[in-house]
Amino acid sequence: MDAEISLRVDGESHRLTVDTRTTLLDALRERLGNTSPKKGCDHGQCGACTVLLDGQRSLICLALAVAHDGAEITTADGLAPAGELHPVQQAFLEQDAFQCGYCTPGQVCSAVGVLDEVARGWPSHVTEDLTGDVELSDAEVSERMSGNLCRCAAYENITPAVQQAGAR
Amino acid sequence: MKPFAYAHPGDVAEAVRDVAAEPNAVFLAGGTNLVDHLKLGIATPDLVVDVRTLTSREVTDLPDGGLRLGAASTNSEVAADRRVRERYPVLAQALLAGATGQLRNMATTGGNPLQRTRCVYFGDVTTPCNKREPGSGCSAVGGYTRYLAVLGVPAALPDPTAPETCIATHPSDMAVALAALDAQVQVLGPAGTRTIPFGELHRLVGDDPSTDTTLEHGELITSIDLPPLPAGTRSSYRKVRDRASYAYALVSVAAVVSGDDVRIALGGVAHKPWRATRAEELLRGRPLTDHAVRAAMDAELAGAQPQPGVGGGNGFKIPLAARTVVATLRELTSEATR
Ligand SMILES: Cc1cc2nc3c(=O)[nH]c(=O)nc-3n(C[C@H](O)[C@H](O)[C@H](O)COP(=O)(O)OP(=O)(O)OC[C@H]3O[C@@H](n4cnc5c(N)ncnc54)[C@H](O)[C@@H]3O)c2cc1C
Ligand code: SF4
Ligand code: FES
Ligand code: FES
Repeated sequence: MDAEISLRVDGESHRLTVDTRTTLLDALRERLGNTSPKKGCDHGQCGACTVLLDGQRSLICLALAVAHDGAEITTADGLAPAGELHPVQQAFLEQDAFQCGYCTPGQVCSAVGVLDEVARGWPSHVTEDLTGDVELSDAEVSERMSGNLCRCAAYENITPAVQQAGAR
Repeated sequence: MKPFAYAHPGDVAEAVRDVAAEPNAVFLAGGTNLVDHLKLGIATPDLVVDVRTLTSREVTDLPDGGLRLGAASTNSEVAADRRVRERYPVLAQALLAGATGQLRNMATTGGNPLQRTRCVYFGDVTTPCNKREPGSGCSAVGGYTRYLAVLGVPAALPDPTAPETCIATHPSDMAVALAALDAQVQVLGPAGTRTIPFGELHRLVGDDPSTDTTLEHGELITSIDLPPLPAGTRSSYRKVRDRASYAYALVSVAAVVSGDDVRIALGGVAHKPWRATRAEELLRGRPLTDHAVRAAMDAELAGAQPQPGVGGGNGFKIPLAARTVVATLRELTSEATR
């Protein structure tokens, strides 16, 4: 069964007709040609499909496109103007925070979300004082980024990259 | 995935009418459980009714001093709410111990407690499962039982061919905290509104493994209310799991201590969040020494049925549950006297 929806992806508006079963991930990759979000598990387990959905880091393999008519989406591809790098992307480069790169667009979007959540004072499972300030310790970064798996195990460099971007 | 019609009605009343009128209709909120089950072929609705933008997304103060969590408030927003962090730390901690940052941004107050009670075989349509396919049997008995129930099950090895056998656990962390807090579930259904005490929202298996909750078809959760707690109340959530982050609970404990009163709920041990009422009674009015708590938990767990299975089964959960309650209450009471 088909439905007509509109999406704003990386600043561009699109109208498209989708089957009700289509996920946002498939709509972006197959229909709009935006292959920045990756399909790892397709079941919400790996984080490769992470984008900013209406401003919040989300897994779009578990989001039905029809349920997000009118959504504003930023993928890793749209974080910075063409030819420029977002501070998180710059930090990933400088810290050598990837190997094959498959998980990287999801890691980068997740890290942008993490820094925003920290700036808003959101606690995490490892925050000692639930009502106090949050510091970007190794433990905090690992916990907050635990939904982004990396088969190349680049974690050792991902953590400092997130900290570097957060310090700017 | 089986084709389905999608509806996004104008308000909650219309959403309830839509679902009530179609026997094979479901509500959709954050989608993190339902969409996964659609993909796996476990959920096969003809109609999906989207309520994510219809119910409230707000956390509001109640006149009695409690808090109302709108059904569409996300797990992240509730965990970050100042009032929740200050007054109901057990709930903030439980939410933050669940899933991941991305999933918590999508998962909702209404959807989280209503995620399916399940086990790995439930997710594999090639295996018999009484919950997924009533009467087909239970693949979990004697199988991978590490995450499965020890309380509320009839025997150590229930009959895997019996239609009433199911040893699955309810996987939600949030629900364990809500059980300990005596939360009230506000529901709108075809017959009007009603309030369900949280402890009565989920079912034990009984003779029907296919049904996880006491909600009737078409009943929608509109909010979950947290009753006010007496001044000086302390609460905390402790989750024991196979990894430090991003894993379901083997055993979890939500504890709320107010004066002479102690409330304890266990996760990972039963088909529903398990209120340790026996232990609570034994502890009421008594000093919460390690010895007293251990004895109360031994009484609570006296009827537990360790399930044999691959890797040694799940008998470890029985002492683990007792020890985790002791540790949680020790921490809460030592904070109080510090
Ligand atoms: C990889 C992974 C790891 C996870 N780890 C954890 C974990 O460690 N701890 C944990 O607690 N959870 C965990 N979860 C589960 C997650 O918390 C749930 O999927 C989520 O909370 C469900 O909320 P939702 O809003 O997305 O619900 P949906 O998927 O939209 O709905 C779930 C069910 O509730 C029904 N429903 C939704 N809203 C309403 C309403 N208002 N009224 C009536 N019915 C309604 C739907 O019909 C559906 O049956 C994990 C999930 C994934 C994918
Ligand atoms: S434990 Fe329950 S959910 Fe798991 S296979 Fe048995 S009947 Fe199905
Ligand atoms: S592809 Fe979405 S989480 Fe793995
Ligand atoms: S860099 Fe290869 S999966 Fe992460």
